[in-house]
Amino acid sequence: MRRRLSPFAPPLAALALLSATLLGPAPALAKTEIHFWHAMTGQLGEAVTELAKQFNQSQGEYEVKPLRKGSYPETLTAAIAAYRQKSHPHIVQVFEVGTQTMLLSGAVHPVYQLMKEQEIPVDWKGFIAPVVGYYSKDGNLYSMPFNSSTPIFYYNKDAFQKAGLDPNKPPVTWTQVEEYSRKIIKAGAAKCGFSTGWPSWTMVENMHAWHDQPFATKRNGFDGLDVELLINKEFGVKHIGQLAAWQKEGVYSYGGRAGAADPKFVNGDCSMYIQSSALIGGFTRGVNFQWGTAPLPHWGAPYKKATSIIGGATLWVLKGKPAAENRGTAQFLKFIADTPQQMWWHVNTGYLAISNTAVKNLEEGYHFVRNPNQYTAFAQLTGLPPTLPPALRGGKPAPVKPERVATPNSQGLRLGNFVQIRDVIEAEMENIFAGKKSAKQGLDDAVAKSNQMLKEFAAANKQ
Amino acid sequence: MKRTVFRSRWLPYALVLPQVAVTIVFFFWPALKSLQLSVYRVSPFGDRSTFIGLENFRTLLADPEYYQSVLNSFVFAAGVTGLSVLAALVAAGLATQKIRGLSVYRTLLLWPYGIAPAVAGIIFLFIFHPAYGVLPYFLSFVTAYEFNWLLKGWVAMTLVIVATAWTHLGYNIAFYLAGLLAVPASVLEAADVDGAGPVRRFTAITFPLVSPITFYLIVLNMVFAFFESFGVIDAVTKGGPGHATEIMVFKLYKDGFIGLNLGSSGAQSVILMAMVIVLTMLQFRYAEKKVTYR
Amino acid sequence: MTAVGAGRIEGAHVAADAAVAPRRKPVDWGALLVHALLLACIAVVAFPLYYAFIISTQSLQEVVQRPPLLLPSSHLVENYVDAWQKVNLGQMLFNSAVMAVTIAAGKIAISMLSAFAIVYFDFRGRMLCFWMIFVTLMLPVPVRLMSTYEVIGTLGWINTYQGLTIPLMASATATFLFRQFYLTIPNEMVEAAQLDGAGPMRFLWSFLLPLSWANIAALFVVLFIFGWNQYLWPLMITNTEAMRTIVIGLEGLIPRSGTELPTWNLIMAGAVMALLPPVAVIVLMQRWFVKGLVEAEK
Repeated sequence: MRRRLSPFAPPLAALALLSATLLGPAPALAKTEIHFWHAMTGQLGEAVTELAKQFNQSQGEYEVKPLRKGSYPETLTAAIAAYRQKSHPHIVQVFEVGTQTMLLSGAVHPVYQLMKEQEIPVDWKGFIAPVVGYYSKDGNLYSMPFNSSTPIFYYNKDAFQKAGLDPNKPPVTWTQVEEYSRKIIKAGAAKCGFSTGWPSWTMVENMHAWHDQPFATKRNGFDGLDVELLINKEFGVKHIGQLAAWQKEGVYSYGGRAGAADPKFVNGDCSMYIQSSALIGGFTRGVNFQWGTAPLPHWGAPYKKATSIIGGATLWVLKGKPAAENRGTAQFLKFIADTPQQMWWHVNTGYLAISNTAVKNLEEGYHFVRNPNQYTAFAQLTGLPPTLPPALRGGKPAPVKPERVATPNSQGLRLGNFVQIRDVIEAEMENIFAGKKSAKQGLDDAVAKSNQMLKEFAAANKQ
Repeated sequence: MKRTVFRSRWLPYALVLPQVAVTIVFFFWPALKSLQLSVYRVSPFGDRSTFIGLENFRTLLADPEYYQSVLNSFVFAAGVTGLSVLAALVAAGLATQKIRGLSVYRTLLLWPYGIAPAVAGIIFLFIFHPAYGVLPYFLSFVTAYEFNWLLKGWVAMTLVIVATAWTHLGYNIAFYLAGLLAVPASVLEAADVDGAGPVRRFTAITFPLVSPITFYLIVLNMVFAFFESFGVIDAVTKGGPGHATEIMVFKLYKDGFIGLNLGSSGAQSVILMAMVIVLTMLQFRYAEKKVTYR
Repeated sequence: MTAVGAGRIEGAHVAADAAVAPRRKPVDWGALLVHALLLACIAVVAFPLYYAFIISTQSLQEVVQRPPLLLPSSHLVENYVDAWQKVNLGQMLFNSAVMAVTIAAGKIAISMLSAFAIVYFDFRGRMLCFWMIFVTLMLPVPVRLMSTYEVIGTLGWINTYQGLTIPLMASATATFLFRQFYLTIPNEMVEAAQLDGAGPMRFLWSFLLPLSWANIAALFVVLFIFGWNQYLWPLMITNTEAMRTIVIGLEGLIPRSGTELPTWNLIMAGAVMALLPPVAVIVLMQRWFVKGLVEAEK
């Protein structure tokens, strides 16, 4: 009898084992999964994984599962496709230029509303205004700021020294940038004066905000969909025209889109560089010379001085998930907005901390004294003085009065089809820098093309 | 060319069924859905759409940049196809000569084909980068001319053509090797005895024998250049400088997949498809007559 | 680079000239020339990969240094270990292999049959079938990505192996190649087979298939690599780490947000590792090209 049974025994045992592994421990481990799609690669991706791990260990009910879904645009497109098939994640990370698309999608569960429903108290006033403002509609926060940065000015102290410039006195005005560049080139300290990353973001979007000039009508698009760009006005033409003139002389050296120009600064070709503050960490690890940071250069009078604007991405909660899971989502968002996580995120990635408490704690811990470069970005965005005021040198800080305030021109940009608009602007910048078009002509063309796209976006969303 | 030798009422249908089924379900059904959008204005999430007739086409055809992308596509496709098919024929021709160590040579010629296009783009970016690339570095000793493809359109175009041709090269070499090795040695030996020189032997015997492969490769390389090459361009130039390397499929990828303008990308694919179908039909009609099938 | 290409092409004729003529001389200059030209070809073709390998052995500082270092450095082990750990390589290699083999095998099987029907039968809708299959080449992937995803969603295949592979089998290259190949088979052979009393399936199995090995091997190589290197489709269709493929993992090493300095050495280490399985397939399959030759001569 035993021999007869044996052929069936192994598969039966296996089946039993299988069902035991599948069903047995399941009730014990019944953690609700929260899916979180993001676009963070390399070290940033590791930081996201670590953050999720910290949250998962902090409680036993939910498990956040981060998944990289490609680049920013790929992540957004994948989330949209998945949303239409009801296989979407709870949380998706969307870059700042996708904000208008998300706001109008009807697929979004606004963060302020989610927190209210889940009765999780959040002090929205406790966040840094320029960051929260970019993602709020009618005073309510729609998505949770996650990775925010702002462009700042980097300079090569060794090259400054070689050219006989004071390495602790970075240029303040564009005129000085030109003067210093010429000195540096003449002294053979570098091949070119300065370069830029993210051409449209740093040289067009932020330069308009920084000089309190409008980028687009309707308060940069915050007040409606029938928007037109204003970058071909006096200021835009002057600034881009000047860059083109400098490009011919080597004072400026165009280095491509996004982060393509980074190597020009890293290998010493250009001794000054304007790029996202999030690169502070990368430069700390990857640069072989002494370098420092400063606020963005300014053209001076007659232009006023406002604040710079942010870039980066936020976390959007998608509709259509059961309330029990939304609770986990809300708790995770609350977790990453909490002071310890904010500080951890800032210190480990170089992105800005966005809650005032986190910033205050960082001050008390002498963080900005030890990392003055991090202070540059924070000060520029909030209008504080460019050098660390004594009040902020650790200990109990006395309130410091901002020198500048955010204006409607510097609170951010809200445009539809913004991804393509950036592309249009950058393509025309390349035409201008290559000498194919005059600054006026190139910017006029960029505006005409962008306005067409804005019209299409308005039409598609008014249906 | 016609060689219908077997007769059966049902067998041919059964034979084509699997492929036709997969094609209908995963190609025609979704493709028609996408193409249908060309006459709609669609919101990014695709939840709201209005019928707007030929508006998307009108906008495209009124855009001078669109014509530039058409021109770019032809320059690009001709460059990539010419370079990679010719180079492959030469390399495969060399690698089928009677010498030692052939299998090592063949492997070394073929293995670059294994690399993913996006990674190939990254490697080329690294070699050509104006700031730290090896090639500009060594070129700077030879000539003072600055090969700055970040601002010079023709340099950028040359770069993406070379990079794309490189990614296709292994593919072409593989088929030429298979084709050349299938040429019976007896035929070549007979020619040898007749005293035909190597060039004549190649033009009179080998080339006609591999002409079906050549035709296949020209059609496919052209189609690949038109349709599948956005990976390299995305990694290297992103269509720039200006719009100098913006070929039709990259513009389509940018507007549709990245920019979520589904109406316009639908219209662009209709035009692109029509164009390539006409081109391919012309090739079948005229070029295939010169192809020798036994 | 163009100049180099042109030089190679001119050189070929010279090589072909020299290769055969002086066969009886003690030193075979022709063969030497062919060797030299092949080495030149390989130098151009394989340099990018050689360079990628070189970078994968350097420290980040060495990577950006001038003049560039063109020889391997000492950081090979740490870079590869680092890249291996950052990318969950084991599972990803498995998924990529499953995907690539399934796609290659599926495509070859269905294309062989349909090309056979198209070349050897006369049936209503023959040209329609051919063009229907062929036209699948004509619509770029990004266009139909979103709507193919919808179809997969309707079928409930999101995040499954069948969703990952079957849609990618709808492609025309293999059918086209088999058609091209069948058209080169002499008519006499078919007639001989018919005289032997072979039916269509018998002819396909015992005559065509043995003749097709070289082509199948070449096709398997390119289709395996096609499947192995897929990026957008697996990115869209997989929703868990356990379903991810190696190319996606590799892309995760490349900074795309423009706010991070790329760790070139790790990227290249990852690229080299992701490259090894396709290279293994190339080396393995190459024997079959030769085998195909031998059997074709029988």
